[in-house]
Amino acid sequence: MRRAWMKSFTRWPAVLNVANDMKQFYTFIRKEFAHVLRDRKTLLILFGLPIVQILIFGFALTNEVRNAKIVIYDQAQDVASQQLISKMAASRYFDIAYAVMNRAGIEAAFKKGDIRLAVIFPQGFNNDLLHTHHAQIQVIADAADPNTATTLTSYITAIIQDYMAAQEPYQITPQIRYLYNPQLKGATNFVPGVMALVLMLVCVMMTAVSIVREKEIGTMEVLLVSPFSPLMVIISKAVPYLLLSLINVTTILLLSTFVLQLPINGSIPLLFAESTLFIITCLTLGIFISVKTNSQQVAMLISLMGMMLPTILFSGFMFPVENMPLPLQLISNIVPSKWYYNIVKAIMIKGLGFSAIWKETLILAGITVVLLFVSFKSFKIRLS
Amino acid sequence: MIRTDKLTKRFGDFIATNEITFEVEKGEIFGFLGANGAGKTTAMRMLCGLSIPSSGSATIAGFDVYKQTEQIKKNIGYMSQKFSLYEDLTVAENIRFFGGIYGLSNQQLKTKSQQLLHDLGLEKEAKKLVGSLPLGWKQKLSFSIAVLHDPKIVFLDEPTGGVDPITRRQFWNLIYDAADRGVTVFVTTHYMDEAEYCNRISIMVDGRIKALDTPRNLKNNFHAESMDEVFYALARSAKRSE
Repeated sequence: MRRAWMKSFTRWPAVLNVANDMKQFYTFIRKEFAHVLRDRKTLLILFGLPIVQILIFGFALTNEVRNAKIVIYDQAQDVASQQLISKMAASRYFDIAYAVMNRAGIEAAFKKGDIRLAVIFPQGFNNDLLHTHHAQIQVIADAADPNTATTLTSYITAIIQDYMAAQEPYQITPQIRYLYNPQLKGATNFVPGVMALVLMLVCVMMTAVSIVREKEIGTMEVLLVSPFSPLMVIISKAVPYLLLSLINVTTILLLSTFVLQLPINGSIPLLFAESTLFIITCLTLGIFISVKTNSQQVAMLISLMGMMLPTILFSGFMFPVENMPLPLQLISNIVPSKWYYNIVKAIMIKGLGFSAIWKETLILAGITVVLLFVSFKSFKIRLS
Repeated sequence: MIRTDKLTKRFGDFIATNEITFEVEKGEIFGFLGANGAGKTTAMRMLCGLSIPSSGSATIAGFDVYKQTEQIKKNIGYMSQKFSLYEDLTVAENIRFFGGIYGLSNQQLKTKSQQLLHDLGLEKEAKKLVGSLPLGWKQKLSFSIAVLHDPKIVFLDEPTGGVDPITRRQFWNLIYDAADRGVTVFVTTHYMDEAEYCNRISIMVDGRIKALDTPRNLKNNFHAESMDEVFYALARSAKRSE
């Protein structure tokens, strides 16, 4: 039985070849891992970067809204309004800068720029509460910085609700208006943006640099002369970075869930599947850059300028694409991170399923296929 | 082992290698000389299956350079002019990696790497990073790795650049050992004293082979005292530089 099996094995040299190829492939990947794990600096960038980014964006940008300056326009000047104002003043989130006497005063305060929020009590605030059990407060926030605006309005709402709870059965409805940016574009979480940025950086730059390094030190030639096929050389260079990037995605998601307390609303397997697709896109980009360049510095520069900048500019992560001139909007469509950013936002924040993002996925897959085709083609040309 | 017939490579109007024809026998040490830009590297790349010839024909170990590049790659070893081992891997890891991509089995790898380390006297350095070795040792290691999988032919592209004379001598002893085992050695060099070590040499000028013979015959034919004089006599006629 065993011999028959062996015989069939030798009768199929192709099978043997595959087994052999796998072994070579494994040898190669082990060597790639040795490179990465031995290079402390790269390792630090690889795993430190996402952590630092998440923490910087998480803490420096969103929580830094203590002692925000606000103005009060108290038309009521009664007991209830005074009680609420003193509660706001006592909060560590707010500093009451001054009181204004009319609407024009509010506008002037916002224009000066240091005021984040205005609270307006209507005339007869206390009376309304006493007679109808219901009153309104208007809250106007400067939403040029949408993250801060939403955070502040939620703090104000919390203070008002706190006051309400002590004054049952009175109802106070805060009416919130966002100044300058009523739809709060760009206010959605930065985590998808950081994910796109980190993956772009790690995959594109690291792959490009590691392939170009082999060109520089001359080992690429030796590899190309070996029976190991050029295609396999490239694939085995990319595989370790795919795995390391998936670890990065996991780190980011863990940090955002447990440190920043941003839950993942959608399907986690779907999120990982889409991330894998984007990682492959980035790896292909890295390969493309490495084919076109011959020095590590150039490869790094192109990766940084050519990949990171468009990601920051065009993904919609920092600047809303909708507000850009049409030519720039068109350009943004060929930036893969834009599509990935939208996909992650949809899954993580809006909790949507695949049916909502199949179009983006298809576009991303399309970009990847084109890039794969182009880079393998130019790789072949270089060989002949 | 190597047989070429009017092998030519053109890049647009530029003819890098112009109808070169030569044969190299099994176990021979064949020196491939020429000034920079004479077309040595292009010729060598074609012979290694890295570059497809524009015209002419060539067989390496009986395999055709147009159609059988895969078989050629399995039967040759290659050492480039740049030092080409991984400095951030240890000696043992480099041996295992390069042996591995040539498909050696674990058993073969084990015995061969032991043998190699023993021959080079590197047993104690097996776990050291290659980057920490002196250049001469790296070079010898690089050569030994290039012939680890017992290739029929080994191509050496200016293997001794930047190495001191004593190490060069030791390096050539390794080459002789390999040739004695029946490995055909195809070597390009700039050093004329090294040319004397070869069984036969060819000198390329402007993409053509201008002379091909044993060092002794070449010196006689050119009435020269040394290979240097032969080389300058030929290279003087060169029209193109780098």
